Amino acid sequence: MRDKRMSLDEVVGELRSGMTIGIGGWGSRRKPLAFIRAILRSDIKDLTVVTYGGPDLGLLCSAGKVRKAYYGFVSLDSAPFYDPWFAKARTGGEITVREMDEGMVKCGLQAAAARLPFLPIRAGLGSAVVDFWDGELKTVRSPYTDADGRSETLIAMPALNLDASFVHLDLGDKHGNAAYTGVDPYFDDLYSLAAERRYLSVDRLVETDELVKAVPQQSIILNRMMVDGVVEAPGGAHFTFSGSYGRDEKFQRHYVEAAKTPESWAEFKATYLDVSEDEYQAAVRAFAEEQK
Amino acid sequence: MTDTATITRAEICVVAAAEIFRGAGEIMASPMSTVTTIGARLARLTFEPDLLLSDGEALFFAEVPAIGGKAPIEGWIPFSKVFDVVASGRRHVVMGANQIDKHGNQNLSAFGPLQQPTRQMFGVRGAPGNTINHATSYFVPKHNRRVFVEAVDIVSGIGYDKIDPENPAYRFHHLHRVVSNLGVFDFNGPDHTLRALSLHPGVSADEVAENTSFEIAGLAEAGETRLPTEEELRIIRTVLDPKGFRDKEVSA
Repeated sequence: MRDKRMSLDEVVGELRSGMTIGIGGWGSRRKPLAFIRAILRSDIKDLTVVTYGGPDLGLLCSAGKVRKAYYGFVSLDSAPFYDPWFAKARTGGEITVREMDEGMVKCGLQAAAARLPFLPIRAGLGSAVVDFWDGELKTVRSPYTDADGRSETLIAMPALNLDASFVHLDLGDKHGNAAYTGVDPYFDDLYSLAAERRYLSVDRLVETDELVKAVPQQSIILNRMMVDGVVEAPGGAHFTFSGSYGRDEKFQRHYVEAAKTPESWAEFKATYLDVSEDEYQAAVRAFAEEQK
Repeated sequence: MTDTATITRAEICVVAAAEIFRGAGEIMASPMSTVTTIGARLARLTFEPDLLLSDGEALFFAEVPAIGGKAPIEGWIPFSKVFDVVASGRRHVVMGANQIDKHGNQNLSAFGPLQQPTRQMFGVRGAPGNTINHATSYFVPKHNRRVFVEAVDIVSGIGYDKIDPENPAYRFHHLHRVVSNLGVFDFNGPDHTLRALSLHPGVSADEVAENTSFEIAGLAEAGETRLPTEEELRIIRTVLDPKGFRDKEVSA
């Protein structure tokens, strides 16, 4: 069986500007931020991003790498809730958005996973979602009528086909089998199924037999058919949480505060972003020490 | 004896929030704020014992904990399955609102133009799917003209004037209540517009009118919101919210 282990930089080497990428996790929960940090270090730009957004989208916006965003929401999940860099990109008119109902994101990923052009969904009808999509979102009329002879017209949610997907899980093997260990798988399996190239980072890389003994079988949400590259990235979801560590609330607040002025952001960027992943993790440990 | 003489506005709001769920039966109650969470739990502990309550993350509570507390669980409800519940219709959500208009259109997305807002909030979240699939109510802890507006900037939650009566896809839309720090409302005014059901003790019709950008039906006739019973007060004060988190959301 293929050994799919890669480095973060090797993964980024496979990306191209202008790609449509899907980012797993949810808000500030189990986001593949080591991948995002690697993208920030690269010259990749003009990305179209599909996400249940959190600081992943914020960080990409901070570096001007997003051209278009498809999302159900953007939230940091704890005060101050609204991501500062996403807010700046929006109020600056820097990105085109295809905002949608949260359930529409799942629906669009399911359509892509099943290689369908669309799936019907009720959510979105009557709301500003239709206006956000500037004519790109159509409706579909049921060929079946109800008892009164009437047909339902529903949103035809288009497939959210992805050039690449990025997800972070707690535990995986070098072939791409991987499991979550928290309370929620989120939609990471769907992101992988919807994408052409599928990249996985894990907090801990283990042998297959250790993986299957460590978790209930139902938690192994990725199989080998769903993954092209595996990166071992301890703390790879930081400052969002993963199975073995909680959200770093102090650091997330630091991120929000740093976004307030060009000077504070330059300092944050120099310390945490213009550095390797190892240096990032060391700087984060130093930050935690200072906070004690 | 519980002291009913010192009943606070927050406690009135908790009971009004509980009343949102009266008659709901065996569905998922999804309150999105502190006061409405206490209200849903109060309903479950008193007149709606079959409600399903989650921890707001991925677990269904078997027993009802205090705000911020833990309790034994009875099931699993990760986000993916929440969307299945939404589509099934077996849910009643109580959302917040940055703006709400007289027809029940709600905004929690952003202020200003769609592609270049003046202030960014969450985006539409689950509001479009919630409002078209199942019962939806709103809670507004600070009732004022900036929230109760003539027209919302971005329609996240859909109001009655967005319904296409020719299209049966809209048939599950139902906005049940709006509870604010001033009163209890529904959308049974003329043409499904906001109507006052009751004002909280000490609140005048003038105060509500001054704090709303449009005319509210039935404002002059609205009675007084009911007080908590002694048993409800005991549950709120000693079981569900002994630390008084409710007062942080609703003052006075």
